[in-house]
Amino acid sequence: MLAAEEIRRLQEQARLLRIDILSMIAAAGSGHPGGSLSLVEIFTALYFKIMTLDPRRPGAEDRDRLVLSKGHAAPVLYAALASRGFFPRDTLSTLRRLGSPLQGHPARHCLPGVEVSTGSLGQGLSVANGMALAARLDDAPWRVYVVLGDGECQEGQVWEAAMTSSHYRLDNLTAFLDYNGLQIDGPTDQVKNLEPLADKWCSFGWNVLSIDGHSFSEILAAVEEAHCRRGQPTMIIAETVKGKGVPFMENRVEWHGVAPNREQLKEALAGLGKKEAEEN
Amino acid sequence: MSLKATREAYGEALLALGRSNNRIVALDADLSQSTYSAGFAKAFPDRFFNVGVAEADLIGTAAGLAAAGKIPFASTFAVFATGRVYDQIRNSVAYSRFNVKIVGSHSGVTVGEDGASHQALEDISLMRSLPGMTIIVPADAPEAYRATLAAADWEGPVYLRLGRPKTAPVLPSDAPFQIGRGLLLKSGRDICLLSTGSMTAVALEAAAILAEQDIYATVIHLPTIKPLDKEMIIEGAAKTGAVITLEEHSIIGGLGSAVAELLGEYRPTLLKRLGVPDCFGQSGTAEALLKHYGLTPSRVATVAGEMVKNRGA
Repeated sequence: MLAAEEIRRLQEQARLLRIDILSMIAAAGSGHPGGSLSLVEIFTALYFKIMTLDPRRPGAEDRDRLVLSKGHAAPVLYAALASRGFFPRDTLSTLRRLGSPLQGHPARHCLPGVEVSTGSLGQGLSVANGMALAARLDDAPWRVYVVLGDGECQEGQVWEAAMTSSHYRLDNLTAFLDYNGLQIDGPTDQVKNLEPLADKWCSFGWNVLSIDGHSFSEILAAVEEAHCRRGQPTMIIAETVKGKGVPFMENRVEWHGVAPNREQLKEALAGLGKKEAEEN
Repeated sequence: MSLKATREAYGEALLALGRSNNRIVALDADLSQSTYSAGFAKAFPDRFFNVGVAEADLIGTAAGLAAAGKIPFASTFAVFATGRVYDQIRNSVAYSRFNVKIVGSHSGVTVGEDGASHQALEDISLMRSLPGMTIIVPADAPEAYRATLAAADWEGPVYLRLGRPKTAPVLPSDAPFQIGRGLLLKSGRDICLLSTGSMTAVALEAAAILAEQDIYATVIHLPTIKPLDKEMIIEGAAKTGAVITLEEHSIIGGLGSAVAELLGEYRPTLLKRLGVPDCFGQSGTAEALLKHYGLTPSRVATVAGEMVKNRGA
């Protein structure tokens, strides 16, 4: 069991990531808050508890790898990388500007810590498989994590890759599915139903765990279980709330890809308990 | 003379690479017998990954292997290795700057009887527009062997375009292969034939026909479409004043277009692009198809003769 103190530390880190996500998207004037906020606890757990990383050696061979397949959630990745010290936090305010290393979607050659350029949906799991195969060839201990969107699972390549992961028994690969239930055109069950989603992954040969994607104890327990699983990749279907942490954004499809204006940002940050001293 | 397909030579080179470098890995999408990656698969089963009939996944998996320091060669038919997975190559490979070697066998119309669905005529065009992509189209089996070794040494994404039919060697046995360099095979003052891949054999035969008519052709083989050997092309154009490009590919977007872009900007020259016109291919024997699309020595010689004549003195 996690100590209550550890949970509180992660919760505080998650709060800071949310503040960074909202601030950078507001400064950019565009971006994807909804699907970034739904991933905050998962990214906090990965970057501040689970993954072996050294910000001073972003290319270290023994690092764990994360592939953000749903590349439009770049802000949560950038916020986590900055907080972990991969680059100065003040770079966050350059998001989406000309010449910024923080491209609208993650660009590998621009920013340390970005493992692959994503943004065109459906491709990340294949790349993660390739990394996991390489780790196994080298008998290396590092692990691969991949984060998929729910709408993204409508892409055919996801299922090509899902077969590859299980065929090659990639137990060094752990996937998260950000199941917030909303995509650009509406609820996933109306646009094109994904259910029964857990059964689909099961039938593709995966070890499937369903959790509350905002519960640190559930995220960490699921990852631990994934690490213990032999001969099978693990899919953690994380039920999440799109826009989590900002009441007026929660479960609202219109916040998929729109930046908050100044007033909305102020309200959102106030709700997150941002103190004046934390501003700028 | 022994006949061998460029894809066979690729398989041999891949095997040699596998022996000398354990970073080399190979992937295929259920066509390993046809692409000749099967030899590598048998020798190095741990380093070979068949992803089944799933080309998008083929490219992505190769990208991931490259991300972790491997040198992946991912092979399938050219038509599936490029157009079908253009976006995977664009984002997961080229934009990510991964060291992936994409190998497309069965390119062009010489696939033959399988017809248009299997005849890659747009693959060079697609790959050429991707930043950072290197495109290699060997003329014969020995060059395909050398090109495969060179691709492994080259840092960055490569598209290696191979053919189905067994062909005779056309280049001198000691011809050097260097990415970005053309090969001057014949020097003549009247017309410059620029060819790539299987069409270099046709260009050389056409030059022989022309010589009988006292028309002397320069023949330049361009095994690398990108980067292009600009100096050699401009020199050939300047010396002769008339250029014909020859490729087993659509005349849109391939070697002909690359040469037209270059000469239009730096050395405007009388130019004729020979290849498959703006249409899909069709079934037929390789020989019948080449004849149908005018990719024969006699047809090239006729076009060249007319160009020289019409250019006047």
